[in-house]
Amino acid sequence: MLALFYIFIVVAIGVSFWQITRIMNLRSSIATNKDNATQGKLALAFMAFLYGMMIYCLIFMNVIMLPESASIEGEHDDNLFDITFWLIGIVQFLMQFLIFYFTFKYRGREGQKAKFYADSHKLELIWTVTPAAVLVVLIGYGLWQWNNTMDLSDDKDAIVIEVYAQQFRWDARYAGEDNTLGYGNVNYIKGINTMGVDMTDKNALDDKHVTELYLPKGRKVHFKFRSQDVLHSAYMPHFRAQMNCVPGMVTQFGFTPKYTTEEMRQQSEVIEKTAGINKIRKEKGEDPYVFDYLLLCNKICGASHYNMQMKITVVEEEEYNKWIAEQPTLASVIK
Amino acid sequence: MSEHHHKETFVTKYIFSQDHKMISKQFLITGIFMGIIGVFMSMLFRMQIAWPEKSFSIIEAFLGHHQTDGVMNPDIYLAIVTIHGTIMVFFVLTAGLSGTFSNLLIPLQIGARDMASGFLNMVSYWLFFLSSIIMVISLFVEAGPASAGWTVYPPLSALPQAIPGSGLGMTLWLVSMAIFIASSLIGSLNYIVTIFNLRTKGMKMTRLPLTMWAFFITAVIGVVSFPVLLSAALLLIFDRSFGTSFYLSDIFISGEVLHYQGGSPVLFEHLFWFLGHPEVYIVLLPALGITSEIISTNSRKPIFGYRAMIGSIMAIAFLSTIVWGHHMFVSGMNPFLGSVFTFTTLLIAIPSAVKAFNYITTLWKGNLQLNPAMLFSIGLVSTFVTGGLTGLVLGDSALDINVHDTYFVVAHFHLVMGVSAIFGMFAGVYHWFPKMYGRMMNKTLGYWHFWISIICAYGVFWPMHFIGLAGLPRRYYTNTNFPLFDDLADINVVITIFALIGGLAQIIFLANFFISIYRGEKATQNPWRSNTLEWTTPIEHVHGNWPGKIPEVHRWAYDYSKRVDPNDDDSDFLHGEDFVLQTTPLLDGEEPS
Repeated sequence: MLALFYIFIVVAIGVSFWQITRIMNLRSSIATNKDNATQGKLALAFMAFLYGMMIYCLIFMNVIMLPESASIEGEHDDNLFDITFWLIGIVQFLMQFLIFYFTFKYRGREGQKAKFYADSHKLELIWTVTPAAVLVVLIGYGLWQWNNTMDLSDDKDAIVIEVYAQQFRWDARYAGEDNTLGYGNVNYIKGINTMGVDMTDKNALDDKHVTELYLPKGRKVHFKFRSQDVLHSAYMPHFRAQMNCVPGMVTQFGFTPKYTTEEMRQQSEVIEKTAGINKIRKEKGEDPYVFDYLLLCNKICGASHYNMQMKITVVEEEEYNKWIAEQPTLASVIK
Repeated sequence: MSEHHHKETFVTKYIFSQDHKMISKQFLITGIFMGIIGVFMSMLFRMQIAWPEKSFSIIEAFLGHHQTDGVMNPDIYLAIVTIHGTIMVFFVLTAGLSGTFSNLLIPLQIGARDMASGFLNMVSYWLFFLSSIIMVISLFVEAGPASAGWTVYPPLSALPQAIPGSGLGMTLWLVSMAIFIASSLIGSLNYIVTIFNLRTKGMKMTRLPLTMWAFFITAVIGVVSFPVLLSAALLLIFDRSFGTSFYLSDIFISGEVLHYQGGSPVLFEHLFWFLGHPEVYIVLLPALGITSEIISTNSRKPIFGYRAMIGSIMAIAFLSTIVWGHHMFVSGMNPFLGSVFTFTTLLIAIPSAVKAFNYITTLWKGNLQLNPAMLFSIGLVSTFVTGGLTGLVLGDSALDINVHDTYFVVAHFHLVMGVSAIFGMFAGVYHWFPKMYGRMMNKTLGYWHFWISIICAYGVFWPMHFIGLAGLPRRYYTNTNFPLFDDLADINVVITIFALIGGLAQIIFLANFFISIYRGEKATQNPWRSNTLEWTTPIEHVHGNWPGKIPEVHRWAYDYSKRVDPNDDDSDFLHGEDFVLQTTPLLDGEEPS
């Protein structure tokens, strides 16, 4: 297969060179009306190709896309995205039609004269005001949603979790009974205290260090992000959530999980996508894939950036309470 | 400047030339060579993305100790991605595009003997050449070239412990960029001064071709924003070499706590994107200017809405300096800032839409001469629209959260600034090749070049939007560790095949370009029957551009197909032909357009 590929490339290059020298001997440089006719038709053909590809992707790539938002806050993201996507989709189809159809329609011909048409304030006003009006809607909805998502001030009973990044792994720290994280800084990193928690801070004693996230369904989660070395980005695509982890500062993000992992696995879009993935995995002889929420690193952070992930499991509140109770506190681990 | 009897040696004519036409060719050829490197790198990393475990002898041959049995190593993958971005954005689309066409066209289109300072112009080129050489040398450093992404965010770019490329490779990157910025600034100042002061008699600002407006505004943005990148780079050098803490704080790496206290990487992001976003327009505006000129000439019609075009260039330029934060919605900066930047960012859609509609209206009822330059210009409008529209997703902070740094972004900016700008550059080369070399490029090869390029451009970047929407982060060496992304593998193979064909198709252009220099058809003085001043100069270059007096300008640049009776499309052309040189005086009773 590979050898064939190389042979193909060599042949292609050889043929190209032969053709190029042949064509270079045709000393023609300026488009004639015959060229205009050919190129005009090619513009139409290209438009057909472009439309075909755009429609094909829109229909058949639907299955690979992320399923509906798994967080309550993300619902409006999906909404806004749908509105925006329909809008730009329609404009895209119209504009590409105009571009390539005009190229065909007005291709240079014998005896054809161009119209002298330099200006029209009316037209220009139309295409200044129309985008502006549309933008008012997009900006308005977008900003409302942005403030919704980013405003974490009134979530008194949110669960506080620290997500901690380093080359090339994720850790997490639950705030424990008091729901307040103990102070952390790289200067406290020592031995098994890998997240640099200040153990003299009494808020830290009941904190719990884990390597996988468990979240209760329906409770707001308030994430605090830290990084100990370079920039990382905590990307949780299913929840429409992302925030950079910046050394030297604490960043934050919050959302409310809407479906448990189990519920998500039963969701039709997820079933379809998983089936597609498993078909491919079966052909390659790999183990079947089961859907899980993930946290990925999405800011270039070094050689193994491509393999920095943490599993997220969303469960019902009782199960979460049970799980969190089983996790040891820092005070019991770090002596 | 008017007497030119001094003897030219080989060195003063071809190497240390102060003639803008020669300098423009030097920029173009250097840009093309850097472009070959940049495109070749993209082909290498696309092969890695499509066939992550496959062994390729080409990778074995080129990557030396950075590969194992024909498979590239993860850190060199990041290095190649980084250098691809750096070279394409700065060396090809900034210096290669602006350097070539600003130098060639500014004196010719405004009616000047040369740039305001020929000497500084020469310095600008040689600084660019030097920075190119240093960037190329950095590829051969033992630990590999800079690998922190073309945005070189610290701390990754500051700490060799974090990635091997942040050692000597990164130092050379910074030195190269500092020299590059100096080159760019000197060039830009020269362009501004020249356009302000050396216009010929009658060439009012409102009679300038849109190319001139675009180059002028581009130079202004460059002067405003490049110094900020220079300071960002200098502070990064301080952090790296002299132990300061502008960008670094609280770092624990390789088992020890570093001494840095109180800095913030977010500061670097602000400084970087204060250039980085205007940079998009530094790359794009010249291409749009070139396109305006070529579409008008080849449609045999005035550009529609000349004043609106100038207005939108200015609006884009102004807005471009106050939107940088949209690259940082999830950087941890105050969400309120995110709101402001969302607002300013989405406003850019308005002047951009005006430009796109004006291009389309220029095509409407034209008599389109579909030369290769024209096709590339039309292709630019197409990719500019496609890429621009997805900007409405990315510019909206709420939506950006989930597509930030995914392949959706890669698809967006490659279409809107990468492909568009490179199409503008190709259009310019095909159109002004006769002005540069006195010969024509072959149109048949031009057609092949265009159609293969645009099909591959869409074949690469349209499907890429969807793998981005599937949540695939960019800059991943391989996706095989995520079963979640297994169903994207086939699409990545298709994208890579399009990329390889598209990359190889550029050989057609290279062959056409270099063979035409020597064997192309001899050009006539005004092959495209254009209105602008550069076509009044002799085919053989003379120092000082016009052998006698510089011609006087009497009208704007777009009197194509002007009629005896402006309201009657069937009436005869006012000047007998469908074009009127800017130097033609107004007839008795002729209304200036």
